[in-house]
Amino acid sequence: MAVPILKQSQYLIATIQSALSDEDLVALQAALVEKVGKFRSRGVIVDVTALDVLDSFASRTLRDIAHIIRLRGAETVIVGVQPEVAFAMVQLGITLEKVPTALDLEEGLAYLGKKLQHARAEP
Amino acid sequence: MREQNPDGDAEYCVPVASVNDIVTARLQGRALAERLGFSPGEATLVATAISELARNIVQYAGSGDILLRSTTNGTRRGVVVVARDRGPGIADLKLAVRSGYSTSGGLGLGLPGVRRIVDDFQIVSNRQDGTTVTVTKWRI
Repeated sequence: MAVPILKQSQYLIATIQSALSDEDLVALQAALVEKVGKFRSRGVIVDVTALDVLDSFASRTLRDIAHIIRLRGAETVIVGVQPEVAFAMVQLGITLEKVPTALDLEEGLAYLGKKLQHARAEP
Repeated sequence: MREQNPDGDAEYCVPVASVNDIVTARLQGRALAERLGFSPGEATLVATAISELARNIVQYAGSGDILLRSTTNGTRRGVVVVARDRGPGIADLKLAVRSGYSTSGGLGLGLPGVRRIVDDFQIVSNRQDGTTVTVTKWRI
């Protein structure tokens, strides 16, 4: 099932709806990279609240998304990693490395707001 | 597909031939774990292990099966996951279950990661019969 991507001012919000297949994830990656350019977005939020499992492939793809989006000049934050999913990731030895995470959509928006304000303030 | 084994416990076989089957297999595994009274956290570990094992099948063998069944040890209940394929087999088993080792350019977290999150882990692999990984996760 394709992941809907919502444009809200200078942000893109991708809300993962349910158990996601590998193909859906790769499609999401392509769609986000394209839309960041199309809408000149400054920030991307990937909401994984509904995701039941974040295995090694899904984690790697999310990490890749964040790195690719950064190369396109925008920031990515992953929000909504569920407690049991976080627990399983740590047990499995998976990390999201330096990809920022936030508790939920609200915190994710606050994070991006601060980050972009900071970026503008710098000469 | 559902069949009854002699203990009256259900056994499920999920054929795995594409990445979409990975989702089916892990949802079935989670459902079985939840029926056996696993906590959401434990059920997620079962689903994550199935996800990794099923992906190995698709990636290295092309196709295979995930067998799911319940098991008991006294009053304890557990889930057994058997991932089997008729692929090329694993050349060096010791190396394959070592953390950080990968032939596919992945993170090498697949098999060693699965071994960490289950209670029992067995792997049989050779060129003739392919690879069979059998894992058991007990309810706490």
